[in-house]
Amino acid sequence: MVETIWQVLLILIKIVVILVPLMLGVAYLTYAERKIIGYMQVRIGPNRVGPRGWLQPIADAMKLLMKEIIVPSNANRFLFVIAPMLSLGPALAAWAVIPFGDGMVLADIDAGLLYVLALSSLGVYGVIIAGWAANSKYGLLGAMRSAAQMVAYEIAMGFALVGVLMAAGSLNLGAIVRAQAGGVLHWFWLPLLPLFLVYFISGVAETNRAPFDVAEGESEIVAGFHVEYSGMAFAVFFLAEYANMILIAALTAIMFAGGWLSPFAGIPVLGAPSLLWLLAKTAFFLFFFLWFRATFPRYRYDQIMRLGWKVFIPLTIVWLLVEGVAIMARVGPWFDHAAAAAGS
Amino acid sequence: MTFEKFVFYVFALITVYAAFRVITVRNPVHAVLHLVLAFFSSAGIWLLAEAEFLGITLVLVYVGAVMVLFLFVVMMLDVNLAPLREGFVRYLPVGGAIGGLMILEMSLILASRHFAAAKALPPHGPHYSNTRELGALLYTDYAYPFEIAAFILLVAIVAAIALTLRRRPDARRQQVGEQVRVRRQDRVRLVAMAAESRSAGPAEEEGS
Amino acid sequence: MSSELSDVLVPLPEIVLAGLASLVLIVDVFQRSRQRPATYYLAQLSLLATMVTVWATAPDQPVVALHGTYIADTMAVVLKLFLLLMVLGVFVYGRRYLDQRGVAPGEFHVLGLFGALGMMILVSAHSFLTLYLGLELMALSIYAMVALHRDSRAASEAAMKYFVLGALASGMLLYGISILYGATGSLDIATVGARIGDQAQLGVPVAFALTFIVVGLAFKFGAVPFHMWVPDIYDGAPTAVTLYLGSAPKIAAFGMAIRLLADAMGSSLADWSGMLVILSVLSMGLGNLVAIAQTNIKRMLAYSTISHVGFIFLGILAGTAEGYGSAMFYALTYALMSLGSFGMIILLSRRGFEADRLDDFKGLNARHPWFAAMMLILMFSLAGVPPLVGFYAKLAVLQAVVHVGQVWLAAVAVLFSVIGAFYYLRVVKLMYFDAPEGEVGVAGQGLDVRVLLSLNALAVLGLGLFPGALLGWCMAAFG
Repeated sequence: MVETIWQVLLILIKIVVILVPLMLGVAYLTYAERKIIGYMQVRIGPNRVGPRGWLQPIADAMKLLMKEIIVPSNANRFLFVIAPMLSLGPALAAWAVIPFGDGMVLADIDAGLLYVLALSSLGVYGVIIAGWAANSKYGLLGAMRSAAQMVAYEIAMGFALVGVLMAAGSLNLGAIVRAQAGGVLHWFWLPLLPLFLVYFISGVAETNRAPFDVAEGESEIVAGFHVEYSGMAFAVFFLAEYANMILIAALTAIMFAGGWLSPFAGIPVLGAPSLLWLLAKTAFFLFFFLWFRATFPRYRYDQIMRLGWKVFIPLTIVWLLVEGVAIMARVGPWFDHAAAAAGS
Repeated sequence: MTFEKFVFYVFALITVYAAFRVITVRNPVHAVLHLVLAFFSSAGIWLLAEAEFLGITLVLVYVGAVMVLFLFVVMMLDVNLAPLREGFVRYLPVGGAIGGLMILEMSLILASRHFAAAKALPPHGPHYSNTRELGALLYTDYAYPFEIAAFILLVAIVAAIALTLRRRPDARRQQVGEQVRVRRQDRVRLVAMAAESRSAGPAEEEGS
Repeated sequence: MSSELSDVLVPLPEIVLAGLASLVLIVDVFQRSRQRPATYYLAQLSLLATMVTVWATAPDQPVVALHGTYIADTMAVVLKLFLLLMVLGVFVYGRRYLDQRGVAPGEFHVLGLFGALGMMILVSAHSFLTLYLGLELMALSIYAMVALHRDSRAASEAAMKYFVLGALASGMLLYGISILYGATGSLDIATVGARIGDQAQLGVPVAFALTFIVVGLAFKFGAVPFHMWVPDIYDGAPTAVTLYLGSAPKIAAFGMAIRLLADAMGSSLADWSGMLVILSVLSMGLGNLVAIAQTNIKRMLAYSTISHVGFIFLGILAGTAEGYGSAMFYALTYALMSLGSFGMIILLSRRGFEADRLDDFKGLNARHPWFAAMMLILMFSLAGVPPLVGFYAKLAVLQAVVHVGQVWLAAVAVLFSVIGAFYYLRVVKLMYFDAPEGEVGVAGQGLDVRVLLSLNALAVLGLGLFPGALLGWCMAAFG
C-alpha cells in the first residue's frame, strides 16, 4: 500500500517537473514572440517591465488573473467554462510520452505516436465548444472554420506520422529517436523530407497559428472562437495555443531531427546525446512559428482547404509509396536497419 | 475488488450513463458531446483489456475526426425540439419493450454455458506488442477482408461526391494554374515618364 | 512461397473486376463529353473480361483460399457468370434512359461495377467477415445508385428508406453473426458448420443467432413480413436502377442464403426450414394478392418479386441438394425475367415520359406487335405458363418440396401462382385487346435496347424449351 502511494507521489513529482518548466516556457515564448516580431518589424518590442522587459509575461499573467470572467447571458454556462480546460488538457497530457532523453520519459508506452496523434486531435473540441457555447455568431464561425481545418490537416499529419512509423519500425517515440542514431544525415528529415515539411506545416495549421489562424481571424471575425472570453478563461486558451506550439516543435524535433541526439555524432563532448540538444532543436522549430507570423499574410479559407486536401494528402500518400519501395529495396543508410527491425 | 475491476466499473458506469443521455438529452449538441464521452470511456475499457491500439484508435478516429464532423453538422442544424420530444414519449413503450427483450436475450445467451467468448484469454508478457500482432494478422490472415473494406470506403467516397457535388454555373473557383502562369507584364505596366521640373508642377504638392 | 502466390490468385475474377472498376473510375474523370462513351464501353468490357476470367478459372473441386476467407466452387462460378450477365444487360438498358433524365452516367457505371464486385465477393465468401463486407459493398453501391437521380423527390425518398431499412437488416445479420461467433469461436463458415454439427446442444445461442440471420436475410430478399421497402423503392428509383436492384442482387442474395443456411447452419435445418415455410407462404400470398390491386407496373412487378422470393425460399427450405439446385435455377431465371420486364418499361419510356402505368401498355400490339409479343413471353413466363422457363422453375421447386414430403406446401404454392397469373394476364389483355391511349412508342430508346430486349425474351423462351442444360448445371453445383 505504502509502495503504491510512493509510486503515485513519484509520478506526481515527475509531472510537476515537466509542467513547471513548460509553463515558464509558454510565458517566455510570448515574450520571445513579441520581441522577435518586433525586431523583424524594426521595433524594439516590450522593454518597460523589469530589466529589458523580462518581467512582461509575469505582468501580463497578473493582469489577466485579476480580470473578471464575463459569461454572456445567453451562453451555455457549463460548456462555456469547460471549453478552455478541454483545450488545455490535451495539450498538456501529450507531454506524458515525450522522451527528453534516453529513457527520460514519464510514460514509456508502446503506441506513443498514436497517443500523441489522438490527443492532438482532441484539442479542437475546446475551440468548437467555446465557439458554440458563447452563443455568438463570430464564435460559431470561428468554431466551424476550426473544425473543418482540423479534420483536413489531421489526415495529412497522420499520413506523415505513418511515414515515420514505417521508417522507425515502431510507434514508441524513444525507439523512433534511437532509430535515427548516426548523425545529421541519418535523421529522418532527409529521407522523409516531404513528410517532414507536410508535418511541420500541418502542425502550424493544427495550432491555429498564422498564416492558418482563420479560426481567430481578428480582421474578419473579430477573434473567432474566443471572442466572448475574458480574464483567466481567455488566458487559458493562450496557454493551450503556446503549449501546443512547443509540443509540435518538440515532436518535430523528436521525429524528424533526432530528438536528444547530437548533430556532431562521433566528436567527443559535443557528440554526446543530451537533453540540451532536444531543447535547442525545439527552440529552433519554435522560431519558425514566430517567423511565419511575421512574414506571411493570412491564407484565405478556401486556400487552406485546397492546400490540405489537394496538395498535402496526395503528397504524403505518394511519398509513403516511395518510402515503401525504399524500405523493400533497403536503401541505405536509413532503411537497411528499419527493414531488418520490421522483419524480426 | 481489485483496482482494475474498480476502474472497469467506473468506465462502464460512465459509458452507460453517457449513452443513456445521448438519447434523452434535449439539445442535439449535448447529445453529441455525450456520445463523445461514451466513446472516450469505451476506449478506457479497451485500454483496460490490454487492447491499447484499438483504444487509442477509437479516440483518434471517432472522437478526433468523426464526432468533430458530427458536431460540425449538428451545430448548423436548426432543430425544432418539441416534436422530437413528443415522439420520444409516444415510442417509449415500444422502444422499452424491445430494449427489455434485447436485455433478456443477451443475458440468456451470455449465461449459456456454450458461449465460447466468455473464456478468459491468457495474459501476455510485458514485451507483447498489441499493435504489431494486429498488423501481422491484418496483413496476412485478414488481407482479403481488409482490401474489401478499402473498396467499401472507396465506394463511400464516390457515392458521397456523386450525391453532393453540384456544378453551379455561378460558383467562383480558384484557377491555380492560371494564377501561377501570370507574368508581371500581365498585371503591372511600367510607364516611362520624363522627369518634370519643379517649377512646371503645382507648388502646393510639397505641402500636402 | 509458390503455393502462397497461387493462393493469392484464386480470387482472380474479383481482382480483375476491382482493378478494371478502379480504371473506369479514373477514365471517367478525364472525359469531357456528357454521355461518357468511354466509361460505358470500358465498363462493359470489364464485365466481359471478368466473365471470361470466371469461366477460365472455374475449378473442378471447391477451392478454399486466402486463409479460409474465400471459396471458389461451381455454385459461385455459375452465380457470378449470371450476375455479371445481368449487370451487363442493365448497363445496355439503362444507358440512354439515364442520359435522358440527367443522371450522371459515370457514377452509375462505376457504382454498378463495384456493386457487382460486392455480389461476387458475397457469393464466394467462406467467412462471415467476407460475407458481410461483400454484402455491404453491394448494398452501399445500390443505395447511392437509387439516390443518383437527385432532382427526383421520389428517388431521394426511396434511397433514404432503402438505406435506413438496409442498415437495420445488416444490423440484424451482424448481430446474429456475432452471437454465432461467440458460440463457436470462429468466423470460418465451414468451421462454424462443423462446430454446430458437433455439439447439437449448443441450444440457446444458435437458436437466437439463427433467428437474427433469417430475419436479416428476409429483409435483404424482401420476403413478407420484411417486405415494406420493396414497392416504394422499386417505384421511386429510376427504372434503370430498379432494373439493377431487381435482377443481380437476387442472385447474390440466393448465394448468401446458401452460404449462411446450408453451409454454416446445415445441421439446424429443422429450425430454419420452419421459419422459411412461414416467410415463403406469407410472401407468395401477400405478394400475389396485393399485386392485383396495383395500377403502376413498377409496383406490380415489385409485389411480383415478393411472391417469387417465396418460391425461391420454397426450394431452399427443402434442404436437399435438389431443393438448393432448383432454388438456384429459380433465382437465375427470375432475374432474367425481371430484367426483361423492367427493360420493357425502359423501352417504352423517353425523355420526360415514364411508361410506368399499366395503362401505358394499352394497345401495344397495334403499334409494335413484335415487342408486344416479347412482353407476352415475359408475362407468361412470370405467371408460369408452359413451355416458358418460369414454368420449369416453378415445377422444379415444387418437385423438390414434394420430395421432402411437404405436399400441402406445394398445393398452397400452386394455388397462389394461379391467383398471381391473373395480374400477369391482365397486362397481356391490355396490350392485345384494349385501344391505345396516348402515344407510347419505342422511339425513345436505341437499337441496342431493342435488340437486347428481344434477345432477353427469346432467351426466356429458349430456356423454357431446353431447360436441361442450365438445370443440370444448377443441380451439379450441389453435387
